[in-house]
Amino acid sequence: MAAPQTVMSLRDATATLGARAVLRGIDLTVDSGEVVALLGANGSGKSTAIRTVIGQVPLTGGELELFGTPFARFRDWRRVGYVPQRSTAAAGVPATVREVVSSGRLSHARLRPLGRADRAAVTRALELVGMADRARDSVNALSGGQHQRVLIARALAGAPDLLIMDEPLAGMDLASQDVLAEALREQVARGTSVLLVLHELGPFAPLIDRAVLLREGLVERVGNPEALHDIACHPHDTHDAEGRAGIGAGLSMSELNPGTRR
Amino acid sequence: MIELLDYPFMQRALLAALLVGVAAPAVGIYLVQRRQAIMGDGIGHVALTGVALGFLLNTSPVWTAVLVASLGAVAMELIRWYGKARGDLALAMLFYGGMAGGVLIINLSPNGSNASLTTYLFGSVTTVSDSDVVAIVCLSAFVLAASLGLRRQLFAVCQDEEFARVTGLPVRLLNLLLALTAAVTVTVAMRVVGLLLVSALMVIPVAAAQQATRGFAGTLGLSVLFGVAVTLSGTGASFYADVPPGASIVVLAIALFGAVTALAAPLARRRARRDRELRSGEVLPDGEAAPGTQPDASRGQAARESGAAAPASEAAADAAHAGDAESGTARGRASVAGRYKGGGAHGDRGFRA
Repeated sequence: MAAPQTVMSLRDATATLGARAVLRGIDLTVDSGEVVALLGANGSGKSTAIRTVIGQVPLTGGELELFGTPFARFRDWRRVGYVPQRSTAAAGVPATVREVVSSGRLSHARLRPLGRADRAAVTRALELVGMADRARDSVNALSGGQHQRVLIARALAGAPDLLIMDEPLAGMDLASQDVLAEALREQVARGTSVLLVLHELGPFAPLIDRAVLLREGLVERVGNPEALHDIACHPHDTHDAEGRAGIGAGLSMSELNPGTRR
Repeated sequence: MIELLDYPFMQRALLAALLVGVAAPAVGIYLVQRRQAIMGDGIGHVALTGVALGFLLNTSPVWTAVLVASLGAVAMELIRWYGKARGDLALAMLFYGGMAGGVLIINLSPNGSNASLTTYLFGSVTTVSDSDVVAIVCLSAFVLAASLGLRRQLFAVCQDEEFARVTGLPVRLLNLLLALTAAVTVTVAMRVVGLLLVSALMVIPVAAAQQATRGFAGTLGLSVLFGVAVTLSGTGASFYADVPPGASIVVLAIALFGAVTALAAPLARRRARRDRELRSGEVLPDGEAAPGTQPDASRGQAARESGAAAPASEAAADAAHAGDAESGTARGRASVAGRYKGGGAHGDRGFRA
């Protein structure tokens, strides 16, 4: 098979928030069909790394490519789905679940009205996250986990090739987490690549191809999720934590050992 | 009621009132959604400078007001982008500057005085001229085309600006368009309700509508309906009672808000109860590990009511009925469970359990 295409790549990326250097030279790639998790303590730069990828935090150095296109020239935003780290999908005026999810379809419709295909995609996204029966309800009436499911459906409505999620499991009960893991599994089976920030791997663990551990704005380790999860979240409980997993950059396996993946 | 249509000045006034009643809430809803309900007020203050400038230059105050208000709205938008922590102070200064500039310029102009500003501050819909009507129709057409034609896009931007940027929408352009639309709306509405009360017409119908709605489209439709109702009845009332139309429109709008809130509160309570029960049903989709018998029992009852009765469940359902009737929520529970059952097979499963 042909070598997998690189969907997203960050090279030696640096970024600052205010005067603080939050990213201090990160290499990170996501291959086509790959699920990559960013782990790390609070303040390690996980969310900033994600926000540089979607262009919401400007890079102060390094390179960013999306689907092989340098970021400055990238316009094909319909290929990217984004789930922000938020506790609510609500704003100052009531909106139904379906209305919020429909706005995810604007990556295709742009300034046109939504057509039949758009409406079908919205319905499918609602079904994927198990919220189809709440489509006509106000998002104000939802629980925290349901808000998060709505935000994920909004990203899925655009049928993205790369799904970027910032702590999608935050504030979710276990039942919702399972629903989400199932939705994600289905999405990955269709060939979607995923880059997500996680605090706890939870039910996502079996889905994750590669976990990247950030620490103080640098990639500390890359490895299989089980080994890294212990180091990331319980550094003092892990015997020989430093000796485990040895790669020092967030590059995909295919780049490090061409021909070993897939 | 028909006699007031005999007067041409009232025909013009009612047409202006109708257009403003539609346009103001249609734009205001986005400001409310973005939690910037106060922005209309700021634009109103800035527009005053434009009105005074019209007197000074001896041209139509409506068009100079459109120009200055648009500049002010764009400035506010730029402050929102670039001014971070102290943006509120910069906005406040824009408010005061607009007001002071208006008073200053009007006193410099040969044929103007503070008194000439009063009709713009508090509105004077009955003095709308033919040329005013032309301006109001053109500007309203622009406002409605933008705010209704691009409602999904503006909704997305005001709901979650960051997400809208990642979908590739031209967010800055849409924000500027919204600022311009708001500025135009303010100047259109100033003849009807006055610059000091303009924001009321952009905000109160929306606030009233959202007491009774769940969705954005519903809120938009209902707020436009409310807007038209209060502008037309307020203008009509001012004809008979000889009170300023701007003030009567705003007082009517607040009264409408109070009435809708009073009527919607019981509705909202019932809806909240239903949602709560729906959620408690979701936690126990299999009817297993139920802490009490009520959720199961209510499903049984719903199944019976929806015609899917099974003899074995009769006793349980009856027991449930008695239990629920005691707590006074039998009907609510039944409808929840019925709806739930309609959504999937869960109802049946609970029913068997």
